[in-house]
Amino acid sequence: MTTDVDLTTAVSQQFPSASPRASLDCPAFNILAAEVPAILQYLRDAQGFDFLTDLTAIDWTAEKSPRFTVIWHLYSSGQHRYVRVAADCTSATEPVMPSVTGLWAGADWHERECYDMFGIIFTGHPDLRRILMWDGYPYFPLRKEFPLAGLPAALPDAEISAETGAGVIAAPMMGGPFVAIPGQPMSAAEPRAKDEAWSEHSEKTV
Amino acid sequence: MVTANSELTYNSKIEGDIIVTRADAAINWVRTNSMWPMPMGLACCAIELMASAASRFDIARFGAEVMRFSPRQADCMIVAGTVTYKMAPVVRRIYDQMAAPKWVIAMGACASSGGMYRSYATLQGVDRIVPVDVYVSGCPPRPEALLDALMKLQAKVKREPSAAKLLHP
Repeated sequence: MTTDVDLTTAVSQQFPSASPRASLDCPAFNILAAEVPAILQYLRDAQGFDFLTDLTAIDWTAEKSPRFTVIWHLYSSGQHRYVRVAADCTSATEPVMPSVTGLWAGADWHERECYDMFGIIFTGHPDLRRILMWDGYPYFPLRKEFPLAGLPAALPDAEISAETGAGVIAAPMMGGPFVAIPGQPMSAAEPRAKDEAWSEHSEKTV
Repeated sequence: MVTANSELTYNSKIEGDIIVTRADAAINWVRTNSMWPMPMGLACCAIELMASAASRFDIARFGAEVMRFSPRQADCMIVAGTVTYKMAPVVRRIYDQMAAPKWVIAMGACASSGGMYRSYATLQGVDRIVPVDVYVSGCPPRPEALLDALMKLQAKVKREPSAAKLLHP
């Protein structure tokens, strides 16, 4: 069984562009977007990381460059250990990343969710549609500039929209988000707004 | 010798086969006591809805005995759970497919107001797309609360001017 150090040296020898990434648990690498399929295939076939446990992204806010980082978590069912791989998207306005659906069929829905929430386009994906929000929803909800309450938009069905006159609204937050503060009596620990000084009827002062 | 009539009930042998009542009372009596629910179970409230249909609480005692999964055969849509914007047109379409007269119970905090889901994805109250007759508080409400809502709805239906509505819709 190879150790974490062995894995790190093997990957950096095989792919000089890959650099170790700060990590508190499993070995992690920063890699280039162009090398994603090659490195992940190497990890799967040569190092035995046969299971893609998670695929997600980070939005570092619009001011940062690179803005989006895509993260893969791989698990080795033979060695019982994980590895984390991260790659930055070069463009902040049209983030693009190679798809790994060719390596793991299970990446399909992960990449669709990642596209749905962050707007990252996975090139080579067989069917890159939204998976949680509906087709035609104009925003990417997990981007940092998107408010939790949401932004006004049209309902998925134009006919129902015309019939009811309803649409997607910014949810009334009423001083929320509502959070429970643990370690207090039940009366004080129930979910409540952190700042109750304002609501949808009175503007926030600070 | 003449004896007092001790019969308290209607005797068709004496009175004939005629009952006199108001059309509203007769129609509402029928509607009230066979109100079949359309279970719009979307989240955990649906579990309590199932419990109220099961033997311990037995919603059948109030005439709502049979959950109809076809909207054509249902009278009362019970929206039990969180309605997302993606689901909202489906809920409205099923409501439209129900035959009149029809009623809606918003069961629980989510269906009534969006509940704890103050977010971009959740419809902030099902009354934005369908007319709600009774709101039930709770997260989720106890089955007793749903039974109470059904009784409230029945009391409401009993007050409706049904005959006038049928003649002049």
